Amino acid sequence: MFAALFYMAPIARAATVPVLAAASDLQYALTEVAAAFTLSSGRSVKLTFGSSGNFVRQIIQGAPFELFFSADEAYVRDLWRRKLTLDGGVLYAVGRLALFVPHGSPVKADAELNDVAAALADGRLSKIAIANPEHAPYGRAAREVLMKRGLWQKAQGHLVMGENISQAAQFAASGSVEAGLLAYSLVVSERMANAGSHVLLPADLHDPLRQRMVLLRGAGDTARLFYAFAQSAPARALFEKYGFTLPAAGH
Amino acid sequence: MDWPALLLSLKLSAWTVVWLLPLGIVVARQIAWREFPGRAWVEALVALPLVLPPTVLGYYMLSVFGGASPIGAAWQSVFGRPLAFSFQGLLLASILFNIPFAVQPMQRAFQAIPDEVREAAWCSGMSHWRTFCLIEFPLAWPGIVSALVLTFAHTMGEFGVVLMMGGNIPGETQTIAIAIYDRVQAFDERGAAAMSSLLLAFSMVAIGAVYVLANRIGRKHG
Repeated sequence: MFAALFYMAPIARAATVPVLAAASDLQYALTEVAAAFTLSSGRSVKLTFGSSGNFVRQIIQGAPFELFFSADEAYVRDLWRRKLTLDGGVLYAVGRLALFVPHGSPVKADAELNDVAAALADGRLSKIAIANPEHAPYGRAAREVLMKRGLWQKAQGHLVMGENISQAAQFAASGSVEAGLLAYSLVVSERMANAGSHVLLPADLHDPLRQRMVLLRGAGDTARLFYAFAQSAPARALFEKYGFTLPAAGH
Repeated sequence: MDWPALLLSLKLSAWTVVWLLPLGIVVARQIAWREFPGRAWVEALVALPLVLPPTVLGYYMLSVFGGASPIGAAWQSVFGRPLAFSFQGLLLASILFNIPFAVQPMQRAFQAIPDEVREAAWCSGMSHWRTFCLIEFPLAWPGIVSALVLTFAHTMGEFGVVLMMGGNIPGETQTIAIAIYDRVQAFDERGAAAMSSLLLAFSMVAIGAVYVLANRIGRKHG
């Protein structure tokens, strides 16, 4: 009877359009890459954005993604060890963290986080948005930055955690927090630029966000073509436009 | 407006209603008229999804049906695709989560039918099945309709289970409630606003219909 239940339900999957899972720092960059891909190949893909850690859990549980853009290569290695990928994947970008302050915030953006420290001390900063360090690589990087600046303990009780970096950016852009430690690739977008100002944080404040993509088991032709396209010059130019540091080709 | 997401939500709601109409009637009649040991516990079990956080159901669905579990793996080897992160998995979760919305209004409608009416039907030689079709069903009809409307509307708005169990896959498991969440994160205010106002209007109409039907029952039996 159980089987009948599911056989009767119509199957909505369009077999030819693969679903790609991407870290949400790629929200803008990869959307443009996908548009360029569709223009040049005539094939389309479906993108879904979220936190890398969450996607790994879903992939392990059998989610039907064909290509995974992780914000942290450790997650790709984990999947590779579990034999859920076709190979070890390829490094496509290195992400950077930025300090974002919405318009009207009493906090000034500086690369040393000096005013964030002062604002935490004098009460000007009541809330700062980061991604959840438990499963979002940018959240982990934000925690490292705050620790390195000796602010992690002081920031407790002031942290607003997004489920992924895009949600943290949403919190910050809405002006309901005074500052956010966000993906540089998101704050350079037009929408975020209209909502506040930002400063790029020095790369040595946190471990590099080495972003790796990998074809998952069961990947079809379109996903493979997209994988190749994401390593091509037009795609690399788009990643660069959104502030990613590019690895040398073929790493 | 994300039409595929809206369509998917409508499809999920419709299939949930299709499954819960017969299941709900069977369960509601048992609870309404039968005395059996542990009846209170069965009623409690039916009502449980009302108070259970959707994430709890999502967690158990993933544990039981995820690809890493024996059942999930068996499912995948038989059907070639995982149950979690598929429309079918979503439908199963949706059916479980809507049981109280379907059963409780039906149960109240059946309970409102006086025993003498059914007994009179049996005395005049009608079979149980004919009694159901000609007497019980027409009398309980408004309650059954409000059960179906509530189930449909509640499925349209379900978020937590779908997010955990569905994985936000466009065209497969990205329902309109998830699409709104997605649009907000993508800073697409207009898209989020359009879909939110549609769901608001839809929910208002649905719940309004339920109250109109409830008043009608009240007049009939009051």
